[in-house]
Amino acid sequence: MNPDLTSILGNFYVLTLIKLALVAFVLLTALAYLQWIERKVIAHIQLRVGPTRVGPHGLLQPLADTIKLLTKEDLIPAHVNKFFYMLAPMMAVFFALSAIAVIPFGPKINIFGIETYMQLTDLNIGLLYLLALSGMGVYGIALAGWSSNNKYSLIGGLRSSAQMISYELPLALSIASPLLLAGSLSLREIAESQAGFMLGFIPRWSIFQMPAPQIIAFVLFMIAGFAETNRVPFDLPEAENELVAGFHTEYSSMKFASFFMAEYANMVTLCSVATLLFLGGWHPLVPPPAAGFIPPLLLWAAGAMLIFHGLQPARKWDKYTMPAFGAVFLLAGFAFLIPVLQPVLQPLFWFVSKVGILLFFFIWVRATLPRFRYDQLMRFAWAVMFPVSVVHLFATALLVALLK
Amino acid sequence: MSEQTSADEQAALPQEEQSAGKRRTMTLNMGPQHPSTHGVLRIVVDLDGEVIRKAVADIGFLHTGIEKQCEVRTWQQVVPLTDRVDYLANLSNNLAYCLAVEKLLGMEIPRHAQWMRVMLTELTRINSHLVWLGTHALDIGAMTMFFYCFRERENILRLFEMFSGQRMMTSYFRIGGLALEAPRGWQHAVGKFIRAFPDSIEQYENLLNANPIWMERTKGIAVMTLDEMLNLGVTGPMIRAAGLAWDIRKDEPYSAYDEFDFQVPTRTESDVYARFQVRMDELRESTKIVIQAMEGMPEGDFQAEAPGIVLPEREAMKTQMEAMIYHFKIISEGFRVPPGEAYVAVESPRGELGYYVVSDGATNPYRVFMRTPSFGNLIALGPMLQDKLIADSIAALGSMDFVLGDTDR
Repeated sequence: MNPDLTSILGNFYVLTLIKLALVAFVLLTALAYLQWIERKVIAHIQLRVGPTRVGPHGLLQPLADTIKLLTKEDLIPAHVNKFFYMLAPMMAVFFALSAIAVIPFGPKINIFGIETYMQLTDLNIGLLYLLALSGMGVYGIALAGWSSNNKYSLIGGLRSSAQMISYELPLALSIASPLLLAGSLSLREIAESQAGFMLGFIPRWSIFQMPAPQIIAFVLFMIAGFAETNRVPFDLPEAENELVAGFHTEYSSMKFASFFMAEYANMVTLCSVATLLFLGGWHPLVPPPAAGFIPPLLLWAAGAMLIFHGLQPARKWDKYTMPAFGAVFLLAGFAFLIPVLQPVLQPLFWFVSKVGILLFFFIWVRATLPRFRYDQLMRFAWAVMFPVSVVHLFATALLVALLK
Repeated sequence: MSEQTSADEQAALPQEEQSAGKRRTMTLNMGPQHPSTHGVLRIVVDLDGEVIRKAVADIGFLHTGIEKQCEVRTWQQVVPLTDRVDYLANLSNNLAYCLAVEKLLGMEIPRHAQWMRVMLTELTRINSHLVWLGTHALDIGAMTMFFYCFRERENILRLFEMFSGQRMMTSYFRIGGLALEAPRGWQHAVGKFIRAFPDSIEQYENLLNANPIWMERTKGIAVMTLDEMLNLGVTGPMIRAAGLAWDIRKDEPYSAYDEFDFQVPTRTESDVYARFQVRMDELRESTKIVIQAMEGMPEGDFQAEAPGIVLPEREAMKTQMEAMIYHFKIISEGFRVPPGEAYVAVESPRGELGYYVVSDGATNPYRVFMRTPSFGNLIALGPMLQDKLIADSIAALGSMDFVLGDTDR
């Protein structure tokens, strides 16, 4: 490549801007489609089919929803506290999106002679930054509840403040143990410390590692994460059947969508952090030679299945859409064989699929579990989660000190 | 809370309460448009934080004046109105009204029609309980249950459609029997549904009983003593969950219920979970009754032999003078019912459903009064929600299983 161009692209600011644009684009699209996936998955669990009208399999539904929400009248009720009412959704979405800045998606890569990390910024206190942002995220909801001047919103806002503050404790404590194992606060270094295999086949992910089974920390982290993101069974702030819509009762159009987006962005961040801390980040599940074959084989299998279904169309359009999607999957599988792309695609594949599985778990739980009651939820946080996470942290710390 | 609302409330409070430094409560209007009030019920709750200090049910938003409308219809024309009272248990309402008028007329209903009535009201009970289970679980947050219950309910609605041509407002019972002969192949259709149904009940119980969150949300919630319930006139599954085996089907058998073998499920805990268990057991008992009715269905007429009250057959109407006259008279003027009054109570899915019918000898009722179970049960709302959490109020409301049409008439 032209050395001038390389030096321009290698410039820190230019490179960061390019990465920023890329991450922002991919993330926002992914958020929109996460909603589509959630609707589809829940629909199928509930014997329905979900969105089917806009585009093949309702694939353009997120787009239609976005256009609808953007063009809706931006209603501000007369009785709200305008300043905080406007500020709240901005805060929610700002803190949710900025958390993604420190999430690494892969290791150091070398494209066209430019060395860079697959990460917006490698903050050496990345974990603390994330905790701080999730703490600030409460303000969005609490302010929305308070400024709406609506009794349902107020109760929703109060519930969420209490809930998120209580669950921050077990969340932080469960994060601390993989941190002790890795000896670093940088998310990239924590993930890198989990490379390699024990006994040749067990990945050295935190979740499989001794001392003190880290799976406990993982479970605690996920439960606290459900509470942090206000998802079922901890969706009390917006408990539809009790509080109508909770803290966002008075919000409409894009301001409502902002809360929605913040919730989904928080979910993605949380699943990414869980992957990085406990599931080995972008490191494959199986040792190297096999690990290289798994992604293309999986994609080819998916593509073949789609083409097979396309040959026996269940609906009119399946004849065209299914093989088209199948071809995309087949091509994506071949992309994994191109040597230049391999160092980028391989880690990305493992990272995205782990995050995807965790997100699916979030959706699955939403379709299955009833909702906690407010006092039960608080009791669960302080009487179960907190002691367990403290004991687990002490055990891990002790064993780390003894063994290392 | 904003300054404005709190100022309003302060003004509303009596002077001495303000000065006494009492904890101020927040008045929250739940409904009439609220996802969990199942229709247009308004509950005014005084909240101290999340705790309900006082709850008052404000009913009447669905008042349709059905009782008054009954007075200007002929006796037979009232039947479709009774459908609209409790729209989830329409056949129970049909039955209660028909039994009351038949009591006034002193009619004898053929056994086949009686058994048919039993079978269909039991299907109605299953239908109603399925709607209750789905919405109750939905309120507590188990959203998927709703769809599973409605899948089964769809099958029952198809059966109703097969019998009467309507899914919900069936109006299938008539004074003197049934509206139509049972359709061909009904035994196969009912059998197919009812034999598969016990498995579905198992599934629902597994989904909810194995769930610690469900147990925590329902056990020990909204407890009410039996004495209190008796004082307030609570009936149906709610009172059976408090330990009283009061079921009109057993205690004052009507139609042909004394010929069927079934149990009256009871519990003693009197909480939301006990009510849930009682209704689940009732689903099983109803299944048993439907199977018995289906297998032992006696042969016979679907209508009583009562010229002048029951419409003549189409064939007879075209060939016989008397039949033609009766047909004309019934359709145009209606039939006359001897003066008197009758009260008949049946066990609707929600409790004791009574119809008090007064006749002055005319072709229309002088007065029709409905003693509806939802109204009686809803009175228990206030005492039940006292000092409970908002979330519990939702579980309690669900466990009452009221229908607002039934409450307001």
